[in-house]
Amino acid sequence: MTTEAARPEVVFQARGLSKVYRMGEVEVHALRDVSLELARGEFVVILGPSGSGKSTLLNILGGLDVPTSGTVRFMDHDLTVDDDAERTRFRREHVGFVFQFYNLIASLTALENVALVTEIAENPLPPGQALALVGLTDRMHHFPAQLSGGEQQRVAIARAVAKRPDVLLCDEPTGALDYETGVLVLEVLAQVNRDLGTTIGVITHNAAIAAMGDRVIRMRSGRIAEETRNAVRASPRELSW
Amino acid sequence: MRALSRKLLRDLRRLAGQMASIAAVAACGIAAMISLRGNYDSLVRSRDEYYDRQRFADVFVRLRRAPDAVARAVAALPGVAAVEPRIAGFVLLDVPGFPEPVSGELLSLPADPAHGVNAVYLRQGRFPAPGRADEVMVSEVFATAHRFVPGDSMAAIINGRWQALRIVGIGLSPEFIYEVGPGQIFPDNERFGVVWMRRDALAPALDLEGSFNDLALTLTPGGSEPETIAAVDRLLAPWGGTGSYGRADQISYSFLRDELVQHRVTGDVIGYLFLGVAAFLVNLVLARLIAAQREQIGTLKAFGYGNVPLAAHYLLMGLAPVLAGLVAGSLLGIGLGRLFTDLFGRYYHFPSLHYVAAPGTLLLAAAVSVVAATAGALQALRSVIRLPPAEAMRPEAPARFRRGLLDRLGIAKLGFSIRMAARYVTRRPVKSALSIAGIAFATALLVLGRFFTDAMTFMADVEFRVTQQQDAIVTFREVMPSSAVTELRRLPGVVTAEPFRVVAVELRHGARRVRTSVLGIEPGSHLRRLVSSRLVAAELPADGLLINHRLADRLAVQAGELIEVQPLEGERLPRQVRVGAVFDELMGNAGYARLDDLSRLLREGHVVSGALLGTDGTADEALAAALKQLPAVAGVGFKKGLVASFERTLAESMGISTLFLTGFACVIAMAVVYNGLRIAFSERARELASLRVLGFERGEVATILIGEQAALTAVALPAGCLLGWLLCAATAKLFVTDLFRIPLVVPASSYLLAAGVILAATLAAALLILRRVDRLDLVEALKTRE
Ligand SMILES: Nc1ncnc2c1ncn2[C@@H]1O[C@H](COP(=O)(O)OP(=O)(O)O)[C@@H](O)[C@H]1O
Ligand SMILES: [Mg+2]
Repeated sequence: MTTEAARPEVVFQARGLSKVYRMGEVEVHALRDVSLELARGEFVVILGPSGSGKSTLLNILGGLDVPTSGTVRFMDHDLTVDDDAERTRFRREHVGFVFQFYNLIASLTALENVALVTEIAENPLPPGQALALVGLTDRMHHFPAQLSGGEQQRVAIARAVAKRPDVLLCDEPTGALDYETGVLVLEVLAQVNRDLGTTIGVITHNAAIAAMGDRVIRMRSGRIAEETRNAVRASPRELSW
Repeated sequence: MRALSRKLLRDLRRLAGQMASIAAVAACGIAAMISLRGNYDSLVRSRDEYYDRQRFADVFVRLRRAPDAVARAVAALPGVAAVEPRIAGFVLLDVPGFPEPVSGELLSLPADPAHGVNAVYLRQGRFPAPGRADEVMVSEVFATAHRFVPGDSMAAIINGRWQALRIVGIGLSPEFIYEVGPGQIFPDNERFGVVWMRRDALAPALDLEGSFNDLALTLTPGGSEPETIAAVDRLLAPWGGTGSYGRADQISYSFLRDELVQHRVTGDVIGYLFLGVAAFLVNLVLARLIAAQREQIGTLKAFGYGNVPLAAHYLLMGLAPVLAGLVAGSLLGIGLGRLFTDLFGRYYHFPSLHYVAAPGTLLLAAAVSVVAATAGALQALRSVIRLPPAEAMRPEAPARFRRGLLDRLGIAKLGFSIRMAARYVTRRPVKSALSIAGIAFATALLVLGRFFTDAMTFMADVEFRVTQQQDAIVTFREVMPSSAVTELRRLPGVVTAEPFRVVAVELRHGARRVRTSVLGIEPGSHLRRLVSSRLVAAELPADGLLINHRLADRLAVQAGELIEVQPLEGERLPRQVRVGAVFDELMGNAGYARLDDLSRLLREGHVVSGALLGTDGTADEALAAALKQLPAVAGVGFKKGLVASFERTLAESMGISTLFLTGFACVIAMAVVYNGLRIAFSERARELASLRVLGFERGEVATILIGEQAALTAVALPAGCLLGWLLCAATAKLFVTDLFRIPLVVPASSYLLAAGVILAATLAAALLILRRVDRLDLVEALKTRE
């Protein structure tokens, strides 16, 4: 880890995280002694093969899950305590999620899907503006089933950023998308990071995407195998896979 | 949470069919509850008001004759509030244009007829004028049956004298809310009516001036009924008192009470059962919805929606159809309640009877609905709360199947479609079992719906075609020598005539006492057969009484034991008599004895109360006319008219309840099957679409979908028939009264009909779903996930 003096403010601080799933006799160690920090405004790419513990880590950081041991803090929130109401408040106030399969509410239009989140946020963007941000102004009143995968994922991003979260956590956001659409989605993420200063964590098993992050964390078998910093961030257009 | 509310509304609309079916089931339950409970409340209120206003008596007694001073002595007894000494008797009425003789119960009106105990409520016209022996008032039902209006006339044979009567008024009495002739169970308002005459006019006609032969009294608020009864009996013993009795032994009162309780119980049972089914359906629909929306719930949680708004969201989804059912059911219930109350008013007569749904009943229905919906939603809500947000992000794991019992039984040899259907059934045994229970319950209701009609028809067959072989019964005003029967044999059309003697008695065994009568007939009588409910002939014992099970139970006596028989007329000397045999009789509460045995018991010679006549049916009108002319005759009953009137009553009263039970059962069957299929379809839409993509034909895909439901229905039908039989048995138990019990008769046709209706409902629901299979958009189904 670097020790620059003008280091930006640390928002996430995780120490010695481990997560064990017990399935009858078998114990699955999804995370083994993982420590990391995320700084404000940082764009971090978490890379690793399937089953290496990426989602588990992201879920713990996002307050969706708790570690078996170790501690995580987000500013003044202790995310280790098993208090569902406390973690719900944390998610509501600070986190936006983007999932591989978009997870839109099928019975609500694009605009309503965004409103679903802005209604419980404190100082949100107007839902229309959030959709404009992802270039979907003209598809506002369409239902998920009427949108392509890429469009659905952009609605999901609009929904995640509309509340102006401090962190945006994305689990394989392009996993279900073709190259062109994937690039479009990544561009939106880069733009959100640039324009709104949101801290972003993106999970992927696609090494090509690593080039667009400030920092790349490579995971293997539940451990951080390697951490690298990109001197220059590539723009999504320059990526190819 | 406006967006969440919008999701709620859209989900409700998307599930409209299922929501509507749940609402319909709930509505049936609520309607049954509100109509029958409301009916009960309304009747109880009308009855209590009526009893109160007209000062319905607490204690009743008939006697031979007593001077008025005795009535004053009764009035002076502690605990007695008011006393009404009266004159009562049975007369034969001759109604113009009605060929058969009509029996009338003649009762005296006091000097101030609007007041006093058992005051008659004046509906139309006026009270007979004092001293006018030609003016009478008749009961309203009797007037309605014969279309009497004030000013009409008829005739009566009073004390052997033919007397023309003018009807000046029409009234109702709290003593005759249920108006049946003596010894009758079902009303026949054409052939029996109540007639009131002024006491000062009636007394001379019956040679009872300054005396009375009937007395009714009310108690003071603290007055003790048993003590008063004992005191009155002591006072009246020298005057031929036949033993006083309280309201519980008053025919009209006890019929009404029994019927009311049955109504309330039926309404509650149907109500709770239907809401139970609604709860089950809510559970089914929500469980499926939450499984389908697992990822949505996880996403909402990920974005910071707490458990409370999410649980509320799904709770509302469960409450919505039940509350819709509550509204619809309340309206339907109020409509039905009016109908039932009107129908009830045809057999139970009140000055005014209006159905009013008490706020308490509506509140109860609302509370039960909310509880049912919440109970149904509970399991689903628990899974919403338990669902960890991280878990929700994983796609739903494939449902777990096992090679089960059915596989071992060799279904592998059957078609692929059938194999899949069989595994669905066994995969979720609880859900399958509850679906079976729902359909079985519907089947059972259908069986029950026909039961009343079948049972009553059976009762009528036993009574009219087996037991009562006579064509007419003639009752004498007083006992006559048996030679009088020989006279009757000469009347037109009469082929045979058998004498009978009937005497009012009190039977005692230990502390138990029962007021009833003993019927003496000739052993081996052809016109009166004693049979059990299984139609086995019961022999009159050579010595002692033959009684039925109900009477034996009330007396706690067994065959072979001695009981005390106290006649309530004549010498009134109590005698120890052996219970010779006990038999299982459907109707009636009398004891039976050989005619000569009874004569010995009563220490009287060869006298009879009346005769049973067998006719050749060629001269019924002439016979009726001849009987009307005989001064000795107090009553004549022709079986033909009685049977017709019974059948009319039966069709009228059973028709509506059968119709509603059938309708309700169809609603349940449709709802359970439709929801089962609809959920199966939603769970398997992708799978079915995949199969279609793989080249399966529509029929094969439909088999997989319908197969599961068909299997459940196939199991449910026999189970439902069995449950139906049990329900009928329970109902028969519930409806046992002192006077009759309902036989457990369930013909095969009832089961077949029930099965047919359920199959039709299943088919209708299946067709609704098959339309969806036809429209299955293969691309769409593979793309979207709920
Ligand atoms: N709920 C669970 N129960 C059991 N094992 C789990 C569960 N969630 C994840 N795992 C296991 O933990 C490991 C890491 O999973 P995950 O974090 O999802 O990996 P990735 O996202 O990198 O593909 C895997 O071996 C996976 O099978
Ligand atoms: Mg993952």
